[in-house]
Amino acid sequence: MDLHIAHLYPDLMNIYGDRGNVIALSQRARWRGIEAEVRPYSVGQWADPDWPDVWFFGGGQDQGQDIVGADLAGKNGAGLRRSVEGGAAIFSVCGGYQLLGHEYVPEVGPAIPGVGILDVTTRAGKKRFVGNLLADSTDGQLIGFENHSGRTFLGTSAKALGTVVVGNGNNGEDKTEGAIQGKVIGCYLHGSCLPKNPWIADQLLIWALARRHGDVKVDPLDDRDELAAREQAIGVARARP
Amino acid sequence: MPDALALVATAAGKLTLEGLRLAGRGGTALPGLIALTLDPDFISALAGGLPHGVVCVSGTNGKTTTARMLSDILRSSGWEAIHNRSGSNLDRGVASALLADATWSAEPRGNVGLFEIDEASLPGVVGRLRPRVVVVTNLFRDQMDRYFELDALAKRIGEALAGLPRETTLILNSDDPLVASLALRRDAKTIYFGVDDPSVGGVVPQAISDATRCPRCSSPLHYDRVILAHVGEWSCSNCGLTRPARDVAAAKIVLGPSGSEIVLAGTVGGIFEPLRVPIPGLYNAYNALAAVAAAGALGIGLAEATRALVNFRPAFGRHETVQVKGRTLRLVLVKNPAGFNAAIGALLETGRNPRILAALNDRDADGRDVSWIWDADFEALAPSVEHAVITGVRSRDLALRFKYAGLAEDRMEVVDSSGAAIDRAVALAPEGCEVAVVATYTAMLELRAALARAGMVSPFWED
Ligand SMILES: [Zn+2]
Repeated sequence: MDLHIAHLYPDLMNIYGDRGNVIALSQRARWRGIEAEVRPYSVGQWADPDWPDVWFFGGGQDQGQDIVGADLAGKNGAGLRRSVEGGAAIFSVCGGYQLLGHEYVPEVGPAIPGVGILDVTTRAGKKRFVGNLLADSTDGQLIGFENHSGRTFLGTSAKALGTVVVGNGNNGEDKTEGAIQGKVIGCYLHGSCLPKNPWIADQLLIWALARRHGDVKVDPLDDRDELAAREQAIGVARARP
Repeated sequence: MPDALALVATAAGKLTLEGLRLAGRGGTALPGLIALTLDPDFISALAGGLPHGVVCVSGTNGKTTTARMLSDILRSSGWEAIHNRSGSNLDRGVASALLADATWSAEPRGNVGLFEIDEASLPGVVGRLRPRVVVVTNLFRDQMDRYFELDALAKRIGEALAGLPRETTLILNSDDPLVASLALRRDAKTIYFGVDDPSVGGVVPQAISDATRCPRCSSPLHYDRVILAHVGEWSCSNCGLTRPARDVAAAKIVLGPSGSEIVLAGTVGGIFEPLRVPIPGLYNAYNALAAVAAAGALGIGLAEATRALVNFRPAFGRHETVQVKGRTLRLVLVKNPAGFNAAIGALLETGRNPRILAALNDRDADGRDVSWIWDADFEALAPSVEHAVITGVRSRDLALRFKYAGLAEDRMEVVDSSGAAIDRAVALAPEGCEVAVVATYTAMLELRAALARAGMVSPFWED
């Protein structure tokens, strides 16, 4: 069995250690004997938008985000939408999460359109949310570190990924963190997210493998180190929000 | 002559300093903070009285080592530097250094100021110091929970430098496009330093790069040679912006386990003898180039500067070595991916399989966001690690990083307390071996405190 992982704009959207999510996806596949290949997809002509089983889309600096937004406004945004309709999964963090929504409304000037894959909208906020982020979810607690000034609000088609316990999450108002819609996930969890929240990584693997390999079971891994790191980080988040 | 307010601020600051000394405390920032509160112009008032002027050393990595190298050069040339040595490098640290070396009548006792300035503080403080020379070593992503984004920071630094008087000389790293472009807005004197040796670096871009876009036109940058992250031989094929000509260049570098030898070239002139840098690592070679270039801007010759560096001793956690029970602990401070990658590079350059004691904390001085470890190139390190003992407030994150980089479980272990971690790392290393202690700032302080309790090193502030 093999797995195709696409890293979206790794040259422009790669801050706060988000690369760890790609490392986690590919290692957790390899540890189960699944061959994983990672390919970069950046600005300009994409070799084959139908190749990826799962896309990773991280956060970036302002300059990077502007260039990427412009690139996704064209053919590549359409390619990404078609890929998701064809069964690919996406995991996105921070800037990538915002760009997958309907639009980003800056403090001044016109709204910047997003790809529209997630039913969320983001508005610029004045105060930056920086700190540990802990959220409850039905499948377990989520832990990470947030660093964003955008306020993201969910529409009716997107469900919250979790409920904020420590930190601000989507917008600092409604206690929601992240969004999930079909096989697409967005969140504000840097850290990196997937190594310390391995059930999300495994869910993404199952979704991704299903595109070309049908329903597959993934073998459980020994996650004691992952859970120990999560427990330690949760302890810090509770003590020093 | 200092004004009345500066006199009052000096007196209050010096009293605080004396009080802390009597209490046996090595506080480095409080006296400066008090003086600045009483007189916001305190720094300009005192720095203005320095006959040889002020040198500011800034950048993400290497500023402490570069400033310390320059301090050695100045001393051997007979100058007396007022230097904010103890690592407190915000503006209150500068004020504290000025206080410690000022008379009670607010006149400086040294004749040149040498100030290490945090890159995020540089835009705010540089105008008040009116420096004769500003050195910028490099700009990398660092503690982004505080500094946020690098592009914006580079822009702020460029604007602050553009506002300095024309007499100020900039010493800039030609190989770092973000740093080299700091002079874009300015027509003043600039001395560029860089590494020309074609055997240093490769053509494959490293995993993490902070500046893949042209600082002038935002087109993708082209690299003929990548040395570290976005540092290398760069050019923009769209607008033609390119790596500037080097005034102080390393034509050849020989890297060794305890230091490097550099053959110098460039417009500042060559010397017959190579520049010997007695601490290992390519990044320390860069620091030496920066220090020699800054000395040149102050009128100190290459030969003199080179001689002064032969006996250089590293600062706290910058390859400082400590002997413990017949083993050598080499203390290497890390705080961001580029610094970590440079440290890994220095470990692997020795050709040995490193034994590591690694410590990760997430307190304010470390950076509260530990995400950066996923940007660091643990994948390059893991295959050669003999053994890793892991400790710190976020030891489990660090262990997980090693695991995902492919380090086998039987080659690493987590030990909670600093003292026990040192004991374990020492016990695992055969006598005569070296253990690389790689730690973030407060984690290193804790490890050093444990060594001090065991009588192995003196307490930090006596450094
Ligand atoms: Zn250009």
